[in-house]
Amino acid sequence: MTTVIEKLEREQLRSQPDFQPGDRVRVHFQVVEGTRRRTQVFEGIVIKRQGHGARETFTVRKQSFGVGVERTFPLSSPKIEKIDVAARGDVRRAKLYYLRGRVGKAARVRERRYVAPEKLVAADAPAPADAVDEAPVAEAPEAEAPATESSDS
Amino acid sequence: MAAILAKKLGMTQLFLEDGTVERVTVLEAGPCPVTGRRTAERDGYDAVQLAFGATKEKHLSKPELGHLKKAGVGPHRHLVEFRDVDIDVEVGQNVTVEAFEAGQKIRVAGTSKGKGFQGTVKRHGFARGPVTHGSHNTRAPGSIGAAAWPARVFKGIRGPGHMGAERVTQRGLTVVRVDTDDNLLIVRGSVPGAKNGLVEVRTDG
Repeated sequence: MTTVIEKLEREQLRSQPDFQPGDRVRVHFQVVEGTRRRTQVFEGIVIKRQGHGARETFTVRKQSFGVGVERTFPLSSPKIEKIDVAARGDVRRAKLYYLRGRVGKAARVRERRYVAPEKLVAADAPAPADAVDEAPVAEAPEAEAPATESSDS
Repeated sequence: MAAILAKKLGMTQLFLEDGTVERVTVLEAGPCPVTGRRTAERDGYDAVQLAFGATKEKHLSKPELGHLKKAGVGPHRHLVEFRDVDIDVEVGQNVTVEAFEAGQKIRVAGTSKGKGFQGTVKRHGFARGPVTHGSHNTRAPGSIGAAAWPARVFKGIRGPGHMGAERVTQRGLTVVRVDTDDNLLIVRGSVPGAKNGLVEVRTDG
C-alpha cells in the first residue's frame, strides 16, 4: 500500500554530503536561461533542513551586498549538481532563525572544533545505520534546548 | 474511451526531467476483468462491466459469486458499469493500465471525504459576519427570505447540512506516468476521496 509510495520516493533519493544546520555550503545549481544552461553557485549557511526522504528541503542564508538572502532547495532535486560543505558550524539548534535578526559579526556561526570524517549519505543507505551516525550530533541540541528556552516561555 | 477501476494509494511528489517538482496522486489501477456487457439491442444501452479488488469467496453472496463464475472471474469486491466505452476485451479477460498512456487527459470519479454536518460558511462559502464589536452573527447564514409575503422559505435556499461523502468527478487530470509492473497510474494533482478509496478512471474528451 504505502510501500508503493515509499518505493517511488526512494527511487528519487540522491547521494548527498552529510550536512547540518550551521554548516557553510556551496550549492551548485543549474539555471536555464532561454536555451542556455549554466551552473550557479549559492554559498551560505544552512539555517534549516525540513521534511523527510525525497521531499526534504534545506534553506541556505547569505548576505549579499548587505542584504540577507535565503534560498530553499529540494535536497533531491536533479537541478543540484553538487553540494560542497565549506565549513562545519557549531550550533545548538536545528533551526537557526535567530540569524535573521543579526548582521555583520553577530551573524557568524562558530566553527566546530572536532569534525568527523566526511561521508556521503548514499541514496539507498539503510535508515537504521543513518540514524545511529546522526544520533550524537542530533541529541546534543535537543538536550540543551529545554534549559535555554524555558526562560522565554 | 478507455476506462478502469482503481484504488487511491495517496499523494507524493516527483521530480520531472527538467527538475521541476510535480505533485501527484498514485492510483493502483486494475487489473480489472470484464464481467459482462450491455448492448443497445438487448438492454437499451451500451456498457461494459468491470470488476476490481480481489477478495475472498466468503465476503460475497451466492448470487454475486454465481455472476462472477459465469464470466469465469474470481471473487472481486467491486462491480462497476462503464457506459459508452470502447473496450475490446472479451468477457473474462483483464483491462490493465496499459490502456492508458503518459500525457493523456483523464477524468477521475470517486466518493469525496465526508465532512459531517456543516454550516453555510464551510458548505457553501457564505461570507461570515463581524467577529468583534459585540457581534453574535459570526457564522450565521443571514437572511433566508422575506417576511409576511411569502410567509415561508422558498425551496432550494442553501443552508447547513451534511457535506461531503458524495460522488465527485475531477475532470482534466493528466497522466504523468504509467507503471505496468505495479499497475500504477500516476496522475498530476489530486483525486476525490480518501486513501484506499475506489475511483473510476476514464479518458477525458
